Amino acid sequence: MQRQLEEFIRALRAADVRVSPAEAIDAARALTVTGYGDRELFKDALCVSLAKSPDEVARFDQVFETFFTREPLSAGAPPPQSAAREGEAQEGQPPSSEATQGSPLAQMLLSGDAAALAQAMEEAAQRAGVAEIRLSTQRSRMTRRLLEEMGIGEIEQIIAAAKRQAEGRALAERLDERRKGLVAEAQAYVERQHSLYAAGSAKSLREEMLAKKALNADGGIDPVDLAMMQALVKRMAKRLADRYSRRRHIANKGHLDVRKTLRKSMAHGGVPFEIEWKLKKIEKPSIVAICDVSKSVAAAAQFLLTFLYSLNEVVDRLDAFAFSGRLISVNDILDEHGVEAAILKVLTAIGFQQTDYGKALEDFCDEHLDRLDRHTTVIILGDGRSNFAEPRLDLMKQIHDRSRSVIWLNPEPESYWNQGDSVMHRYERFCHVAKHCNTLAQLERIVEDVLRTYVPH
Amino acid sequence: MTVSATTARTAAAANPLASVDGLIEGLASVDYIASRRIATALYMAVNLQKPILVEGSAGVGKTELALSTARLLRLPLIRMQCYEGLDESKALYEWKYGKQLLYTQILKDRLGDTLAEANTMDEAMARLHGMGDLFFSEPFLEPRPLMRALNEDAGCVLLIDEIDKSDEAFEAFLLEVLSAYQVSIPELGVITAKTPPFVFLTSNNVRDLGDALKRRCLHLHIPLPDAALEEKIVATRVPDIESRLGKELVAFVQSLRTLDLRKAPSISETVDWARALVLLHASSLDPALVKDTLNVILKFEQDIGAVEPQIVELLQRRPT
Repeated sequence: MQRQLEEFIRALRAADVRVSPAEAIDAARALTVTGYGDRELFKDALCVSLAKSPDEVARFDQVFETFFTREPLSAGAPPPQSAAREGEAQEGQPPSSEATQGSPLAQMLLSGDAAALAQAMEEAAQRAGVAEIRLSTQRSRMTRRLLEEMGIGEIEQIIAAAKRQAEGRALAERLDERRKGLVAEAQAYVERQHSLYAAGSAKSLREEMLAKKALNADGGIDPVDLAMMQALVKRMAKRLADRYSRRRHIANKGHLDVRKTLRKSMAHGGVPFEIEWKLKKIEKPSIVAICDVSKSVAAAAQFLLTFLYSLNEVVDRLDAFAFSGRLISVNDILDEHGVEAAILKVLTAIGFQQTDYGKALEDFCDEHLDRLDRHTTVIILGDGRSNFAEPRLDLMKQIHDRSRSVIWLNPEPESYWNQGDSVMHRYERFCHVAKHCNTLAQLERIVEDVLRTYVPH
Repeated sequence: MTVSATTARTAAAANPLASVDGLIEGLASVDYIASRRIATALYMAVNLQKPILVEGSAGVGKTELALSTARLLRLPLIRMQCYEGLDESKALYEWKYGKQLLYTQILKDRLGDTLAEANTMDEAMARLHGMGDLFFSEPFLEPRPLMRALNEDAGCVLLIDEIDKSDEAFEAFLLEVLSAYQVSIPELGVITAKTPPFVFLTSNNVRDLGDALKRRCLHLHIPLPDAALEEKIVATRVPDIESRLGKELVAFVQSLRTLDLRKAPSISETVDWARALVLLHASSLDPALVKDTLNVILKFEQDIGAVEPQIVELLQRRPT
């Protein structure tokens, strides 16, 4: 049973239920209390010690049902009328039992012993290592290996031998029929194991690939991946939100620190002369994000906006702007609409026009320059391609001087900077950090750094 | 009643923790209708001596479970409500600063007499060291809920309510209490529980709890109950209600939960509503009555506005 439990925990992990070794030990201890007799009790006991959130409880239930449910094998149970016929056939053909003598599997198949077959399959699966399955492409190979471990080779030999003899033909047909049933059962078994152990890991593998995939790759993001990508972005933002909100709360303490005050008062004969406060100051980051949504960054724009949106939910003081030809504030749009609608609105309002960095900076400085102070971090998301228009470096310098730090995230790799109409290197002088950033993983890391009020110098 | 019958009954009542079924019955005897999963979690917690982390939306009976368990085991209940900014001086212990201050004053007065006889500085220091240091000692310790729970001789039920409202730092601080049933006080050393308390933590999912905390607890999620269980709960909590009205009311609340509301009514709201209807001497639900009392089960203006036009339809939908 210990082995079964280990396998089950592995299946749980594959289904994204985090189970630490200590929890596995707890589960084993829990089972020593409840025993294995009562299925419901067994399940609940495992559930309370292994699943740690409502979400995980749902996944636990699913895995439990798949893992511990063994449907009776139908290959072994012949339909009743054929069983009757079989009886006659067997009476008439004593040599058939001799022919199958060497193979316990053939006897099991012929006698229709479902329980024995199921057990033989479990044992064979353990020997063949079916539970080690990782990829969907391994399924047919695993099925074959499982069948071989069960002794299907012998069956095939018996069938071949029986076919050569005239009186063995009936036996061969019967056995062949059963063999087909068995193969189907084995396929189903491997399929179940695959869904238990491999389906989840395939998904996480895919998510990992997505996080590393370039946002402006050719053709952008596959529409199939889009939903997954958005979920990924949301999860990242949630993670940031969790961490960030916890930090912020620490600063909300302004109590009298009695202990420290008293200790200090000792020097003055017990008169609390110097008051000490429990105070921990954490500067709240205030962020101004300016996002390029022009044609040249079209592929990346959607995800830059998605992230902007998520960020807007996380950070209290975020001002978001979007520009291609001109610049507009998109705070209201982000606040009022759901993520898809907001992105669409921003893109229809301002997106996909000719980029003009100079004009956009001018708009920003004219209308929103007072938004910048020495606490502000400015994040610019864009490729720095200004269509040969005046880049207005003087305005960029002004922004740089007024704010605490300027971070430029460029979806293009550094080797492209300053080629063609890119003026990235000229802008770069006025940024504290200019980074190539075109995957979600990079984006998350950088934003996290900003939230940590990291001042790059 | 014969003597033997009494003893038999007390024996059965004395150990409701022996089995899951016993626990369900025991909890029912203190008016808490537990589902099998709840009882199993409780049973495991008793046998493995682990805290239970109870999650679920507001009003499904998380806190009530702890209160009922305390009643069932006849143990004192020590409750600690968590909130933002709760720290160890409010949860665990605090020094009695006033008394400490007085102590130093007395000490200062006495010190003059004692040290007056000393001729040299070395002798004075030696006398000072000889006086014994009471400043940080148990008499000056003001125990707070956690410390009280550890100090109970016969054990107790410790309810740490809404742990998700507290800071992360406090959560980390709880780890020692939850896994080893002990606390470390820098000035005194480690204080271990006399009898490990029975710990419940409740959470409303305001924020995600840390993995370290989750791992130390058994996890119990209480969902909204199905109709049969809810009818039982209403019948237990509001014994005066007619069974037909109870059925109607539960069916109505159940159908409300299928709607898209900001806050779906939970068990406590159903029970409140049942009490309200009993007070109004209602014998069955009719649209006018539901409309008048809707504010008992729905807590948002928008929700009430959304449900009001559908009342008749919802009432018809109920099974007869």
